[in-house]
Amino acid sequence: MKNNLTIKSALEKLRKKEISSLELTKTCFEEIEKKKNLNAFITVDEKGAIEQAKLADEKIKNGAGLPLLGIPIAVKDIFLTKGLKTTAGSKVLENYIPQYDATIVSKLKDAGAVIVGKTNLDAWAHGSSGENSDFGPTKNPFNPEYVPGGSSSGSAVAVASDMALAATGSDTGGSIRLPASFCNVVGLKPTYGRVSRYGIVAMSSSMDSIGHFTKTVEDSAIFLNVTAGGDSKDATTPPELVPNYEKDLKDLKKVRIGIPKEYFGKGLDKKVKEQVDKAISFFDKEKFEIIDVSLPHTEYAIACYYVIQPSEVSSNLARYDGIRYGEDRTVFGDEAVRRIMLGTFTLSSGYVDAYYKKAMKVRTLIKKDFDDVFKKVDVLISPVSPTLPWKLGKKADDPLAMYLSDALTVPANIAGIPGLSVPIGFVDELPVGMQILGNHFSEETLFNLGHFYETDNRT
Amino acid sequence: MKIDVPHVAKLSNLKLNEGQIKTFEKQLQSILDYIDKLKEADTTKVEETSQVTGLENVTRNDETSPSLSQEETLSNTKSQHNGLFKVKGILNEE
Repeated sequence: MKNNLTIKSALEKLRKKEISSLELTKTCFEEIEKKKNLNAFITVDEKGAIEQAKLADEKIKNGAGLPLLGIPIAVKDIFLTKGLKTTAGSKVLENYIPQYDATIVSKLKDAGAVIVGKTNLDAWAHGSSGENSDFGPTKNPFNPEYVPGGSSSGSAVAVASDMALAATGSDTGGSIRLPASFCNVVGLKPTYGRVSRYGIVAMSSSMDSIGHFTKTVEDSAIFLNVTAGGDSKDATTPPELVPNYEKDLKDLKKVRIGIPKEYFGKGLDKKVKEQVDKAISFFDKEKFEIIDVSLPHTEYAIACYYVIQPSEVSSNLARYDGIRYGEDRTVFGDEAVRRIMLGTFTLSSGYVDAYYKKAMKVRTLIKKDFDDVFKKVDVLISPVSPTLPWKLGKKADDPLAMYLSDALTVPANIAGIPGLSVPIGFVDELPVGMQILGNHFSEETLFNLGHFYETDNRT
Repeated sequence: MKIDVPHVAKLSNLKLNEGQIKTFEKQLQSILDYIDKLKEADTTKVEETSQVTGLENVTRNDETSPSLSQEETLSNTKSQHNGLFKVKGILNEE
């Protein structure tokens, strides 16, 4: 039996005892087994999950009301899980067994979630397609000859294929939003610092955002209620109280929607544009105020990102020396080597001013574009990806072409603002997503708008 | 700007063979040529941004709490001696 439940509907059925967590968890493992060819998981933890599910059923029987009690979820294999192998998609960590849980993993366990396994990803989260995984590429569930998007490939595929009801991800330049768009699921990249990064293998520390994949926007809000908040182990998490993201979800606010012209320019696939235009016209018909806006420094975003990000990568990956854990530096795959070298170069004596410091100044300009535009509008709507998913192997030998696939997602990471990827339709039987961007800590607004859209447009 | 791949590999503590040096030279150069686009942006009188949400001087109380045991700490290493990490000498090389 296949389940196509959401977190919301599963919680209801669990509470009414129409299903048990054990039954629900077993359906996930059936799907994992049936669709092994998609290569969504690096490690499956059936034994551990069954135990957790039984424990959850016991708690449900005793009337416990935890927010994710008995819900099977998948975890991107870059989040440390105590006693469960964590590879970051790299052979360097092929045998690494963490001694502690990431803060978010602890929070999910405390909320009663059942962890089914660890999902495949581009090694070290370096990639837009999933093909940089040292454990083989993940495949798109809508057509296995196509990429599922990356780097959180396995998490997107797991949710799209009912292998889990939700999954965690990390987004440094689009690594949640892009695979969500390519796999027809909802993906949230929260505001920088909204969710703790502690215990997640660091990629680019000034941009890493910790988010998740769900089947609906409503589920995304339920999930963020568990993961958001201050953590004394991550100094970028503000200590302020977190709103209840589910509370005002259905209380529609007629926000002002900005359409950034730079996101609809050269390189945007016509058929993708048609789908996004259709979504915008839905809001127009619903009498939202739609305003054309401009973010003039968008054209510098990829160049800026490909200085800051590799610089931070070169520093973060310097710790992998094979002494305390992992293999030595000869085991790094090509993409990690490229980024380590690029970042070492842009930080090296004689070049740091021309590259790194220049990029940090351009970062100010890109952030200011958003600051200015959010004085005029509440949210921005754009495509997530300028193109449809591409065939496996198409960009494998051309790193620059691969980097450019993130043109519409990286600006949000540079500025630290949140972004929600919402499915809006199909072109040639492949999914298309729209991106809703908002100002810092405006996740409530993104959910509100996204939920309104999905309620009226669910297929 | 030209990238000196063998020099950068040395700084990065990476060992590359001749074939890799050639491939990476070509790929990294094309990325750097693209990055040169940044020169077009006017950044006179623009400050650098490294923290985007405006937090400053975040501290926590200086309190001790339980940490990993010695055994746990060493559980992933292949190189230990008498309960300590064993590393290569750093003063007696070459």
